[in-house]
Amino acid sequence: MSLTSTGAANPFGALSANGTESVQRFSRSPKPDPGDLGGELLEVSMGPHHPSTHGVFRMDVVLDGETVVKLKPVFGYLHRNHEKIAENTSYLGSMPYTDRLDYLCSMTNNWAYALSVEKLAGLQVPERAQYIRVITAELTRLLNHTCLIGFLLQDMGALGTPMMYAFREREKILDLFESLSGARMMCNYMRFGGCRCELPKHWLEQARQVVEDFPHFLDEFEALLTGNEILLARSQGVGVLPKDLAINASITGPMLRAAGVGYDIRKVDNYGIYERFEFRVPIGAHGDVFDRYMVRVLEMRESLGILRKALTDIPEGPIMDPKSKLRGFKPKAGEAYGRIEGPKGELGFYLISDGSANPFRYRVRPPSLINLTVLEDMCLGHNVADVVIILGSVDIVLGEVDR
Amino acid sequence: METLDQIFVLAKHWLVARVPEPLAWLATILLSIGPLITVFASCFAITTIVERKALGRIQNRFGPNRVGPFGLLQPLADGLKMLIKEDLVPAQADKVVHLLAPFALVVPAWLTFSVLPFGRNMTVIDLDAGLLFFFAVGASSELAVFMAGWSSRNKYALMGAMRGIAQMISYEVPLVLSTVAVVMSVGSLSLPSIVEAQSAYVFGMPTWHVFTPWGLSGFILFLIAGAAEANRAPFDLPEAESEIIAGYLTEYSGFKYALFFMGEYLGLFAITGMGITLFLGGWTAPVSFLATTPSWFWFFAKFGAIIALFIWVRGTVPRLRMDQLMKFAWKFLVPLTLVNLVVAAFWHFSGTWQFPGAIFARWLLGAGFIGGAYVTLGRALHTNQFPPRVYAYAE
Repeated sequence: MSLTSTGAANPFGALSANGTESVQRFSRSPKPDPGDLGGELLEVSMGPHHPSTHGVFRMDVVLDGETVVKLKPVFGYLHRNHEKIAENTSYLGSMPYTDRLDYLCSMTNNWAYALSVEKLAGLQVPERAQYIRVITAELTRLLNHTCLIGFLLQDMGALGTPMMYAFREREKILDLFESLSGARMMCNYMRFGGCRCELPKHWLEQARQVVEDFPHFLDEFEALLTGNEILLARSQGVGVLPKDLAINASITGPMLRAAGVGYDIRKVDNYGIYERFEFRVPIGAHGDVFDRYMVRVLEMRESLGILRKALTDIPEGPIMDPKSKLRGFKPKAGEAYGRIEGPKGELGFYLISDGSANPFRYRVRPPSLINLTVLEDMCLGHNVADVVIILGSVDIVLGEVDR
Repeated sequence: METLDQIFVLAKHWLVARVPEPLAWLATILLSIGPLITVFASCFAITTIVERKALGRIQNRFGPNRVGPFGLLQPLADGLKMLIKEDLVPAQADKVVHLLAPFALVVPAWLTFSVLPFGRNMTVIDLDAGLLFFFAVGASSELAVFMAGWSSRNKYALMGAMRGIAQMISYEVPLVLSTVAVVMSVGSLSLPSIVEAQSAYVFGMPTWHVFTPWGLSGFILFLIAGAAEANRAPFDLPEAESEIIAGYLTEYSGFKYALFFMGEYLGLFAITGMGITLFLGGWTAPVSFLATTPSWFWFFAKFGAIIALFIWVRGTVPRLRMDQLMKFAWKFLVPLTLVNLVVAAFWHFSGTWQFPGAIFARWLLGAGFIGGAYVTLGRALHTNQFPPRVYAYAE
């Protein structure tokens, strides 16, 4: 599928659920209704340096007054040739580069990539490393969801107050990551068959402290936001994503669950050691912006349960598979697809090995990009102000969208 | 105490007496305008730093603290930066209108201050129709917003201007209607006489309008409409940063931008000053035993308190959407201000009630009426499209 397709007005027409109907809707020429007052349509280019596009993302919006009649997402401004570069470097060489995909959630990116290489090479991950992976991944989920809610409220015009509180909590988690891996955001922590280094002294206590404090923050955050009349009015019924469209467009993550589909790869695949943890998958009933917000809040609360159990149960032991080797790593020819439930959705890496030191094919399935494809369907008929918060509720990171 | 109260008036008279007789009229004018501009320009500078500091604290950060002690010289640095910045005018802009727009905003904003009583005998022009003058001049800021948005030749600026015009015209209605109750009660449009009407004390408590049922609701309605009129959060849609970059300010930079910024704050100050004058007793002291303290002190104390309230609101709530904003103005605020007029009339005519406990009966009836209207209207408008949600869990 080419991004520069000129045939249909919407390059993603084929992805829409009720195919014919929506394609027809998109290809409608943006002419004003003759019975209308005869105003002209206004074509506005939102982005690539608009304050609320979360990076270098552009939307060509056609407006009737302030109502969106057509919206075309344009991306690729941050394209860095991630996949081709990865095919020209060793398997391990791509690990630091995966950090830069979704630069808020490097730990889950690492895990997804490590998981697919482990599948390819048939490596086992020791118990302790599995626990560390779960802990770091759930901490990543917490920090991603808090930040997202902060950004969403920023888009809603809350002038940074929720965002600063979200960032305060995020900083505590980033401190943990820094003491663990040496870097706040670009952690590069996982390896094929385990983790890079042993937990520092007292790290588990510090992590427990963060996890203990987090519910207080969440309560405070929710007290500020969840019942807020303006937030309710702004987000309920806005940007509704129907269930069937969400499934057909292969939307994953909190967006899919907000649309009412109880699909969580942690439950479906039981990758890692997730079958040992009791957690529930919150689902929304309306699929609007408010549901996406609430599903994330509830997911954070479930993550806290996983974290508490993981932090108490974590055993002693090695953190690397003794069979795995960092140098001269050449998995035998074959292919593997490893996927995890990233904070934004299904993050997958598809690898084909030809037996050499570099992957023959390296493909990322980025949740941000695929969740973005239904943007127009959600935005049509809403205001400019709504477009901004709908985009905010999709939860994109342009590093991952454009790769 | 009397001297301290009138110190600025006396100083002015003393200075005017030193000027040759033929030029005395000029000296009087200049000595009225000069202090007015100085005081409110300093208020603007102080408010910017206080706002940034307070928002910083609300947002769990420090706010500006690099320039001067505790960052107090930040407004100076900002002003200097604005002055020396390049003034960019878009190539396609209507350059004359683009240049005139900031002045069209700032000049009327200054004019509105000329009728406000800042203290006893401290009104620049004691117009008989001061209130009318205030709103007539204040309304011209809409023109400036539209000039800015149209002349910039920028779609975001145009959208900001569209929003600005719609919002300011809509909110002018409840704003003015909420003040009509005061005019009805006092029987004068002159602002000094409105303050005089509130300067008595009953059992040591002031007779401010805010201590009546119609005054309290009127004051709240006035503040809400005033915040929208001054483009303050949560009604800052015309320059909603996250949606339309900076609205009608998008193509302004350098000192023109600073002028716009100042014009907006001056508009806010004017609304605040008017709210104090109409409902909070202007320059009168809040308790009778403090009545001898300088009147201007009380004016600026109340002024600071209301500005602090605006800052607090700005740091707390998200922004409304355009249709919600309009609905709020026309379907909620306007009917409530009309009901408020009825309550004010009731309060006025029930003033002759003599039976014991009459004051309680009047309060009960007045507050009940406006409260009932509030609840009924709120219920009717709350469409209950989205009942409280309960979230299920898969499996």
